[in-house]
Amino acid sequence: MADHDHSHDHEHGSELSETQLRVRALETVLTEKGYIDPKALDAIVEAYETKIGPRNGSVVIAKRHNMIVCTLCSCYPWEVLGLPPVWYKSAPYRSRAVKDPRGVLDDFGVKLPKDTEIRVWDSTAETRFIVLPMRPAGTEGWSEDKLADLVTRDSMIGTGLALNPSEVK
Amino acid sequence: MDGVHDMGGTDGFGKVIAEKNEPPFHAKWEGRVLAMQRAMGYAGAWHIDHSRFAQEQLPPLDYLGSPYYRRWMLAMEKNVTERGYATPEELKAGHAQTAGKNLKRKLTPDIVAEGMTRSSFYRQQQGPQKFQPGDRVRTKNIHPATHTRLPRYARGKTGVVEMCHGCHMFPDSVATDRGDNPQWLYTVVFDSRELWGPDADPTLKISIDAFEPYLEKV
Repeated sequence: MADHDHSHDHEHGSELSETQLRVRALETVLTEKGYIDPKALDAIVEAYETKIGPRNGSVVIAKRHNMIVCTLCSCYPWEVLGLPPVWYKSAPYRSRAVKDPRGVLDDFGVKLPKDTEIRVWDSTAETRFIVLPMRPAGTEGWSEDKLADLVTRDSMIGTGLALNPSEVK
Repeated sequence: MDGVHDMGGTDGFGKVIAEKNEPPFHAKWEGRVLAMQRAMGYAGAWHIDHSRFAQEQLPPLDYLGSPYYRRWMLAMEKNVTERGYATPEELKAGHAQTAGKNLKRKLTPDIVAEGMTRSSFYRQQQGPQKFQPGDRVRTKNIHPATHTRLPRYARGKTGVVEMCHGCHMFPDSVATDRGDNPQWLYTVVFDSRELWGPDADPTLKISIDAFEPYLEKV
């Protein structure tokens, strides 16, 4: 149990970690039992690696700062934002977002005015939320496409703000 | 259950550290675990709340010490063996010794997109909606030993119903194989001081999505 494969993996090496071996055993057994098709798994992995990324989403607006979290597991709007980043699934984020969101924002280098209302949405059911970030100043008359360039993944989770016009070419 | 997975408000985990240019997967096995989970879900082997419950039942040190996808793998082993899809001996040997059970369908490459779409959690209502937006409600002080989606930090607290999301399958019931038991689902908003005491940031509000059985009228 010592090897938890954090971010180092040696696929090319001859020595497989305990986790790799157990995952391989699961896949082989479930395949031999006829439950799963490895080729379908290939396609799923490929889709998550190449096709599903942050895209435009929907709802959750207001004149306040919104932040999304899942304190109980790591619920995340996968369909629109792709795979969640490791920090979103981490204990520091899951524990602190509902109690000290300004501290979390500080970790991301984001400072909000003291009187800005903050609303944290704990995704405790199957409803998924994404934040529509506030429109930055100096973007009057911009097209939807151009505005979309200012929207980052973190701004849709609420740990970031939309980019300023000066930050994009 | 009152487990370590219920992290909201726990102190001491430190700063949130974002990785720059993070890849979708940090190792090949992570992708395999995710894809297997999708494929078994599509096949109807178990429900997402069974996966969550299995993770919650991991020994606390395993839960906290395992990266995300390893937790998934551990939960998957538990569901595979406890639900009779394979034996622990087969997983240990890395090969099936007997034929598999019949599952309702199988995810194949041609329909992979279907396996990646979330299924609907909406269900036919079983009774009238008890609460309306604007109603003051109190969450119940419950501590079931099984799966629940009412976080500890929000139990026995008074808040306001903001919206109703319709009727959804009830995780507390699904995770323990007692059926969908559909329940109304509401977004309930709490003032930070109700949850974290008089010194809490007055500009902060926190909402949860709460199933009707978690709530009582104030």
